Amino acid sequence: MAAKIDQIFIIFANWVAGFFPAAWHAAITHVLGVIGIVSIFPALFAITTVLERKGLGRMQNRLGPNRVGPAGFLQPVADGIKSLTKEDVVPFTANGIMHFLAPLVLVVTVFMGFAVLPVGRHMQLVDMDSGLLFFFAMGAATELSVFMAGWSSRNKYSILGAMRAVAQMISYEVPMLLSAVAVVMIVGSLSLPRIVAAQDTYSGIWPHWFIFTPWGFAAFLIYAIAATSESNRSPFDLPEGESEIVAGYHTEYSGFKFALFFLGEYLAMFALSGLGTTLFLGGWAAPFSGLNFIPSWIWFFAKVMMSISVFIWMRGTFPRLRQDQLMNFAWKFILPLALLDLIVTAIWRFLGPGWQQWVVCCAILIVAYVVMGRLAFAVKHIGPRRYRYAEEGSR
Amino acid sequence: MTPLTAYLMVAALLFAIGLAGALIRRSAILVLIGIELMLNAANLNLIAFWRYGPHPEALTGMMFAIFSIAVAAAEAAVGLGLVISIYRHAQTTDVDQISRMKG
Amino acid sequence: MSAVFYVISAFTIAGGLAAVLLRNTIHCALALTIAFAGLALLFLSLDAQFAGFAQILVYIGAVVILVVFAIMLTRGAETPKEGAHSRTWFIGLIVAAAVFAFLGWAVLASAPGLPNQTAVPPVSVHDIGDALMTRYVLPLEIVAVLLTAATIGAVIVAMHEKARSK
Repeated sequence: MAAKIDQIFIIFANWVAGFFPAAWHAAITHVLGVIGIVSIFPALFAITTVLERKGLGRMQNRLGPNRVGPAGFLQPVADGIKSLTKEDVVPFTANGIMHFLAPLVLVVTVFMGFAVLPVGRHMQLVDMDSGLLFFFAMGAATELSVFMAGWSSRNKYSILGAMRAVAQMISYEVPMLLSAVAVVMIVGSLSLPRIVAAQDTYSGIWPHWFIFTPWGFAAFLIYAIAATSESNRSPFDLPEGESEIVAGYHTEYSGFKFALFFLGEYLAMFALSGLGTTLFLGGWAAPFSGLNFIPSWIWFFAKVMMSISVFIWMRGTFPRLRQDQLMNFAWKFILPLALLDLIVTAIWRFLGPGWQQWVVCCAILIVAYVVMGRLAFAVKHIGPRRYRYAEEGSR
Repeated sequence: MTPLTAYLMVAALLFAIGLAGALIRRSAILVLIGIELMLNAANLNLIAFWRYGPHPEALTGMMFAIFSIAVAAAEAAVGLGLVISIYRHAQTTDVDQISRMKG
Repeated sequence: MSAVFYVISAFTIAGGLAAVLLRNTIHCALALTIAFAGLALLFLSLDAQFAGFAQILVYIGAVVILVVFAIMLTRGAETPKEGAHSRTWFIGLIVAAAVFAFLGWAVLASAPGLPNQTAVPPVSVHDIGDALMTRYVLPLEIVAVLLTAATIGAVIVAMHEKARSK
């Protein structure tokens, strides 16, 4: 029975496909999968916006939305209707076609990333041999849409926001890829279902998630920071810094196109959380061996929502970074640590099971972290802000 | 199944387009774009020959293409760095005007 | 099967032509994206999944972004007053046409003798990784050194001269 509920969506898809001729089966199940993705994740987006606004309200001692529907939970519906009925203003000097295409490219590429994400046991749209590479390739394509949006608006705030966003996304893409490579080194496959399967084993009741190893923990932290930055969330939300550049690259967007940008950003956040869950938190695997009777897809979405809550929590907690701090942090702290983590992963694999691998890997990582942290604070760029009023020989 | 000849013709056409771009445009960046197009046409040829060759499991053409992608990335980084440096020096990226070697 | 090929190659070639012919430099860079995406699809149609996705990741995710950054940093988006094309554009066009004619002649003349394997080659990403770590490990190391050297070189070349002399 539990196994049936676990596979209920696949059984349903096969049942629907049964009404069609046999040659169409593959196409029908794929179409149903696509319908599932494009309906579930936007629904999740609607729920998340309410949760985020209410959660931020709690953190900031105010109520948050509470007027539309029970306890304000119909707020996204009202917002959706509002953005649909708003006038779509396109600046006179804007580059019409690119201004129109930018939000579409963003949403389409982000949706395509979901195709390889295993949301449950046997529940991925396509099991590609190089699924991880596909995911990152689609993520790279979103940068272009951000640039298109900023450039086509012909507004200096837009272009500044777009340049900031692209520079930031490129800088943090490198450590993100490297932290994923650590997992690939251990599993020996780029296929996401296989990465989850490698973590779906237990010793006693404890799962073998990669986050519970020294290299995996370090890689997860690097991934989490890089993912926060990739999805332009606070404290890395410089591309949309309201106090400096209005709203960044989507300053000149209104109505439904703005809603598409908003949707694209949240979907990117879901996709990155889903990938982080898949790589380090065991994907759809249950946290204890006794809890396997709960369907795998519930675990996946529970983990994704957990990481979304952490995103919201961070947004309510941290102040925004400065642009040079952001870049220095990426290139001088995160990237060397990610490279070191790759070496540590190789050592872990080389030493084989036993207590030695734990001691050696933990020691290397902790020493490196402490030393680099000390060094970083000794260098003036990353450390606490110092005000220099009269700087001689400006750059 | 598309014949190998079709892929080779597409690659030849892309190569010619890239060559034309590198030869007729004034902007140094567009010359670089033309060169990238030519490299990509070569990559398409390599992959097509790998696919239709007698020993695809040897992966020779595939490896050639992958290394060529990596080298092209390095080429783009250095080339664009040079363009920015030249612009800072001469205030232009017009290749017709940057014809003297004297700094 | 063939129809897909014709659509993709038409897209690719249109993107390439636009990248070379459009007047606005940013438009050229974005048209280049279409050409690169089309090439990635052509790689996929040739069962080269890894190379296709690497193409998207490297070219669209890095090279086009680099080009766009270079255009923004050099204020190259405006078309120069003297026109977008070089003084000797006519000669360039003739050379390109001649090269295409020669290549096309070579391909068509050798068409009957070309190998024509139709079975999908049994190559997985695992095989590619294996080959990279065994037979092609030396080229891989050399590429790593090349990329490091290129990164450092690009940074030094593009650095402000004042900062360099410090």
